[in-house]
Amino acid sequence: MAADISSGGSSTITTYQGQGARMMLPAWVIIGFFLVLPVGMMLVYSFLTKEFRGGVIWDFSLAAYDQFFFDRGLFGDEPPKIEWTYITIFWRSIWQAAVATVLCLLIGFPTAWFIATRAGPARSIWLFAITIPYWVNLLIRTISMKFLIRDNGPLNEFLLAIGVIGEPIGLINTNFAVQLGLFYSYLPFMVLPIYASVERYNMAYSEAAADLYASKWAALRFVVLPIVKPGIIAGCILVFVPSLGAFLAPDLLGGAKNFMIGSLIEEQFKGNAGNWPFGAAASMILLSMVLVVLAFYARAQTKAGDR
Amino acid sequence: MKLALKLGASALALTLAATSAKAEGELSLYHWFEYIPQELLDKFSAEYDVTVTMDTFDSNEAMLAALKAGKLGSYDVAVPGDYMVEIMIGEGMLDSFEPSEVSNFGNIAPQWVDVSFDPGRAHSIPYQWGSTSFSVNRDVYAGDINTTSILFDPPAELKGKINMLDSQGEVMALASLHLGIPQCTSDRDQLKALNDLLQAAKADWASFGSDVAKDVLVSGDAAAGMIWNGFSAKAREEGANIEYAFPKEGFVVWMDNVVLLKDAPNRDNALKFMNFLLEPENAAAVTNYAQYTAGVTGVDGFLSEAVTGAPELSPPADQAGEFVMACDQDVQEVYDTIWTNLKK
Amino acid sequence: MAARLDLRRFPGFLPITWLCLVLLYAPLIVVMVYSFNDSNSVTLWGGFTLRWYVEVFTGPEAPKFKAAALNSLAIAISAAIVATTIATAAATAMLRSGQFRGKSVSFVLINLPLMVPEIVTAVASLVFFSAIGFQAGYLTILVAHIVFCIPFAYLPIAARMQGIEGAYEQAAQDLYATKWQTFRLILLPLMAPGIMSGFLLAFIISLDDFIITNFVKGAGIETLPTAIFGSVKQGIKPNIMAISTLLLLVSVVLVTVSYLLGRKGQTTPTNKGT
Repeated sequence: MAADISSGGSSTITTYQGQGARMMLPAWVIIGFFLVLPVGMMLVYSFLTKEFRGGVIWDFSLAAYDQFFFDRGLFGDEPPKIEWTYITIFWRSIWQAAVATVLCLLIGFPTAWFIATRAGPARSIWLFAITIPYWVNLLIRTISMKFLIRDNGPLNEFLLAIGVIGEPIGLINTNFAVQLGLFYSYLPFMVLPIYASVERYNMAYSEAAADLYASKWAALRFVVLPIVKPGIIAGCILVFVPSLGAFLAPDLLGGAKNFMIGSLIEEQFKGNAGNWPFGAAASMILLSMVLVVLAFYARAQTKAGDR
Repeated sequence: MKLALKLGASALALTLAATSAKAEGELSLYHWFEYIPQELLDKFSAEYDVTVTMDTFDSNEAMLAALKAGKLGSYDVAVPGDYMVEIMIGEGMLDSFEPSEVSNFGNIAPQWVDVSFDPGRAHSIPYQWGSTSFSVNRDVYAGDINTTSILFDPPAELKGKINMLDSQGEVMALASLHLGIPQCTSDRDQLKALNDLLQAAKADWASFGSDVAKDVLVSGDAAAGMIWNGFSAKAREEGANIEYAFPKEGFVVWMDNVVLLKDAPNRDNALKFMNFLLEPENAAAVTNYAQYTAGVTGVDGFLSEAVTGAPELSPPADQAGEFVMACDQDVQEVYDTIWTNLKK
Repeated sequence: MAARLDLRRFPGFLPITWLCLVLLYAPLIVVMVYSFNDSNSVTLWGGFTLRWYVEVFTGPEAPKFKAAALNSLAIAISAAIVATTIATAAATAMLRSGQFRGKSVSFVLINLPLMVPEIVTAVASLVFFSAIGFQAGYLTILVAHIVFCIPFAYLPIAARMQGIEGAYEQAAQDLYATKWQTFRLILLPLMAPGIMSGFLLAFIISLDDFIITNFVKGAGIETLPTAIFGSVKQGIKPNIMAISTLLLLVSVVLVTVSYLLGRKGQTTPTNKGT
């Protein structure tokens, strides 16, 4: 969505020619000083030596990255092997985020399509209904989900009462609970951009396809999908990126049993480990991954623009 | 925009109103969650005309980390456990005081004055002490529970229904007791065994959580849970049919202490607060609330029946608990690796 | 006609949309229902009561939540105002000022708070504030909130500005209005709906934030999310459900108002992208 705005044609309006840098200054100062500088400092910290029980010693060291990628045994003196611990944690986070994204897409695309093809007032009401839960605090939504799916919770009681199941299905503290939580947290992020794309989609294309004897599904697959693709990609990114670093869903729904990227990083600064350079290194690796995804997005956007 | 400005003005007014109700002094407390009754804080506020603000933490390590990450200097007192007091002294994070500055110093129970983690009590006063083991839901499992196997090699009924405290020190200590090895051992085989034990046991655990430890037992989400004795007593009072175990392999004992933090913004009020907590009546109020045991003499007359009769507070006479030890850097790093392996 | 309509309809899409709504609302409704539960145990139904709502305002935790709510409100309003102002200036620079040095980087910079994962921003801010000796307190929370609110305020503002043709400003300048007058009397009023939705978005985002706030907040300062987190970590209690229900109602009212306002002000389409 963001790239839409930058590449718009209205940059030709130059009412304030020459004032640009001055008006941009506050944003530069605030974001530069309170975001770029802190993140830069983390980058520096990731190359420093750790201080026992939290803090850094100003000696250059690659130990944090070494710890991330190489396994030197329990006591740190064996010949290095590939370290799977953190790769596993990152992979798990990627997997959870990916499953949540796919779930969001499966439910979100039909929903967005359905809403966007309603007539005016009905469309507004549907859209309104979909966005309301998104304005409720994420924390509250996650807690509600936890309450709903716990072993003695309403969902299990309901299913037991109507006799579908004989004993509570153990949902809470599973990977699926985390995926469900992520899906639930970010679903509107998927629906809204797809909706925006479909809304602008010109039905004449589908009609043309139908006139050429394409089935409805073929028209959807070969005509609609390529055109609304930017919206789908934007939706996937808006779900995937925050899911990757998510913190509440794994903690509250997953039972904090398995580290995810977010909790792994937090643990280095707030928990037992107290290894700041390692936490900084893990942060930098996460950030690089996100930037790669975004670069992919930017490229897809440019391609879509070329069309 | 005008609306925005108006909103802004009212926001500022609200902030001012919220902060302008200042009393004579302030006290900033960094405390465990659910560990001090609000009435007691109110009583202190009223008696000394001091506004008390409190933040809470859920593990000794989280408290240490927060203080190290820049929060030192914003709190006056904190309530670390025994080994953490020792660590904080080593880190130079505590201020010291003379017994003469705290007139109730003499109320400290004799066995808690000259403690190993703070000899002579130069930085801390006792708050409460208790034990850490685990509780089992008797509706689910009726067998013998006084063994650490309940956690580390659980019977079939309890497999997959166990909540562990998210507290490295206590989990490692109990696991060491289960294996019969010393804490903070530097023996490689023993450390490997420790790692293997936790790896194997993890499959039988449902979740990690300290602040939820009581709730999961009450709600039935967990059938057994590692827990502190007083917290377990509270869970039992809230209706859980649970029994707290004193395992034959041993259990963890701990003492939480009120410490005077370095760079405390209100040192005088901090000492007043510490003195206040050494009054038997006030120490008893904490005990009645948290259901642990006070480290102060003369509390007996103030204790509620629920506390005096609680089975959780009376370990069998022939059994002694062990304090969690603060390991040195080499061993601690291995512990950290084991812990990360456990949660990967 | 029938054939055209047919192309919009796919079997199964309506049920999926309903499923989507059910999934979104079920947890919230369950919590709402249980907030009226007259039983100390959250799992058993014990009849209808309003006592948890009374407890929200009078119970032992009431002062804590009241202070937290005031903090949240004050911080969200202040952060949203500052972020909206900065974003408006930035949007004018990006869309109305032609080329200037650093323009392409500026676009990335404005959106950077969206790109950096929250947990990374949180720990980086914590470590940075502590390194420069910026004592954690209201101000640290406010500054952190302003930073991540900027892109959220910027998006609707820029979208709106893009939809406004340059002719109005051109006309004003032809009539010898100064640049400032043009901005104040022409552009700003035209921009009002965009600025309002930018403000509201920033406001809600700030109100909603938990992770960053949790890391940078000072001693004894809670916002509503951190206060709620502190309570629910120990278990979901009925009074938390009552608070959640109240917050849900507040959100619904806020969104409805902003939606109605937005519809009133929406005369030109705001989205002219792709």
